Amino acid sequence: MSSVIPKAPAVGGARHPREAGAAPAAVCLCDAVASLGGRPVLRGVDLKVQPGEVVALLGANGSGKSTTVKSVIGAVPLERGGLELFGTPFARFRAWHRIGYVPQRTTAASGVPATVREVVSTGRLPQHGLFPFRRKDRAAVDRALTQVGMLDRAEDGVAGLSGGQHQRVLIARALVGAPELLIMDEPMAGVDVASQQVLADTLRDEVGRGTAVLLVLHELGPLEPLIDRTVVLRDGCVAYDGPPIPSTGQYALPGHDHVHPHGDDHLTTPGLLS
Amino acid sequence: MTEMLSYDFMQRALIAAVLVGITAPAVGIYLVQRRQALMGDGMGHVALTGVGLGFFFQTSPVWMAVLVCVLGAVVMELVRSRGNQRGDIALAMLFYGGMACGKMLVSMSAQAGNGSLESYLWGSILTVAPSDLLTITVLAAVVIAVTIGLRRQLFAICQDEEFAKVTGLPVRFLNLLLAVMAAVTVTVAMRVVGLLLVSALMVVPVVAAQQLTRSFAMTQAASIGLGITVAVAGVTGSYQADLPSGPTIVLLAIVVFAVLSAIAAPLARRRHRHRPAVDHGPEVCEVRLPDQQRGADDSVTSRGLAQ
Repeated sequence: MSSVIPKAPAVGGARHPREAGAAPAAVCLCDAVASLGGRPVLRGVDLKVQPGEVVALLGANGSGKSTTVKSVIGAVPLERGGLELFGTPFARFRAWHRIGYVPQRTTAASGVPATVREVVSTGRLPQHGLFPFRRKDRAAVDRALTQVGMLDRAEDGVAGLSGGQHQRVLIARALVGAPELLIMDEPMAGVDVASQQVLADTLRDEVGRGTAVLLVLHELGPLEPLIDRTVVLRDGCVAYDGPPIPSTGQYALPGHDHVHPHGDDHLTTPGLLS
Repeated sequence: MTEMLSYDFMQRALIAAVLVGITAPAVGIYLVQRRQALMGDGMGHVALTGVGLGFFFQTSPVWMAVLVCVLGAVVMELVRSRGNQRGDIALAMLFYGGMACGKMLVSMSAQAGNGSLESYLWGSILTVAPSDLLTITVLAAVVIAVTIGLRRQLFAICQDEEFAKVTGLPVRFLNLLLAVMAAVTVTVAMRVVGLLLVSALMVVPVVAAQQLTRSFAMTQAASIGLGITVAVAGVTGSYQADLPSGPTIVLLAIVVFAVLSAIAAPLARRRHRHRPAVDHGPEVCEVRLPDQQRGADDSVTSRGLAQ
């Protein structure tokens, strides 16, 4: 199937070449094979994220986006293939303070109430470890909460937050350790427009700081101007790896399942659908 | 009231009650957070086999219970972390097998009658021997040190296990540690509350406290306070009115839960009223739909979809 797929010139050959000469890639997943419950989900995925680069992972439901991200953080073991984070093979990787992770938001609440501050503070564990939570840790939590506009809700319970506010809390939790690589799984899913804007602004600040970002998206949406490269997955394989597809073409992503009134869009877009 | 303090057995029972009041909610809060509230119950069942072994080999039932319960907890944690589809069936085998095995061993042992087993099942203030008290104190100290000292780490793994892995925490080790602490707590508490009601003291103070609290730290502190209160009050009541201590403590805890949940709603309303007015939003929700703006009559404003 790869013969009909437009192949981008080079990995990282994006609009803003930010990669720093000799620095190893933040993420280097090569020929990854993984399965969930016996069903093969990744069938040879190659994915590279250079320092400071923003890579969006797109694809239909079930194409392996989330599994790719989960294998990058080690939550889904690889059956074959290699994974390096910042140039270190995964088995020897210990520098977790360099990574900020935003999982897909779930509605499952924990059984005991917790405040926004308590949840965000767990993102600081790689920094203070077994030592007590110090003033600079508290300041970092305040900073992260300010960044996502949630400082005034710091002492409120997380259970009472809206979907968008909850997502902002999860992002603050990932930012509190000032990571060099942000990994986000569907950060825009179920988020109201106001929070989407806050998230886009937050992400812009982070990218400006030089943070590399790997994010799973359903569509590029308001984040489009930030994205250096998109990788489209289909059936557990990389179907496209290159500059972001213009927004007019996003409906042409393989296997997209939107229902929208403009049926003729499919006819006018030079499709990735083969 | 003061004369009961002059009895050695009451002094020991009260010290044990305080230790149980601290440890049970301190561990239980993590189980409740992870929605494993009934885990303590299962461990109580498994611990019965340890008690039975103690009777059978005529060694200390408490230490045997610690041993068996820790082993059971490790098995339970492994089953849980695998996320096995049939995990609940494996746990059922473990729980009921533990219970049945315990009773079988006790009835086969030469020394003990049923009265003695009864005290392990329901708790008894008369049975806290001096050697038991030493064991309980040492074990409780370990449990308190772990559950309070590692509270940020344990909170993280119970709140979001996947995220905790990405912070580099040794999640598997901490999960095992938590399971072992819960097992130890069960055996610490069994002399005072009894194996069948151990779980109640791990869960009820926590859910009672969270009727009024918003943060995890406050919930933990308040549940320990409640745990000590009901345990000491239960042991005292048990002495004064000649009641079994376990059921007295647990019923007291449930009464506290009922009272707190009854006053929770009015309290929350009052708290809300004292907030600044900006939080309330506009008095009337006027929604202007795009269709209406486009339509001829601009003066029509929808006041809710019903009208």
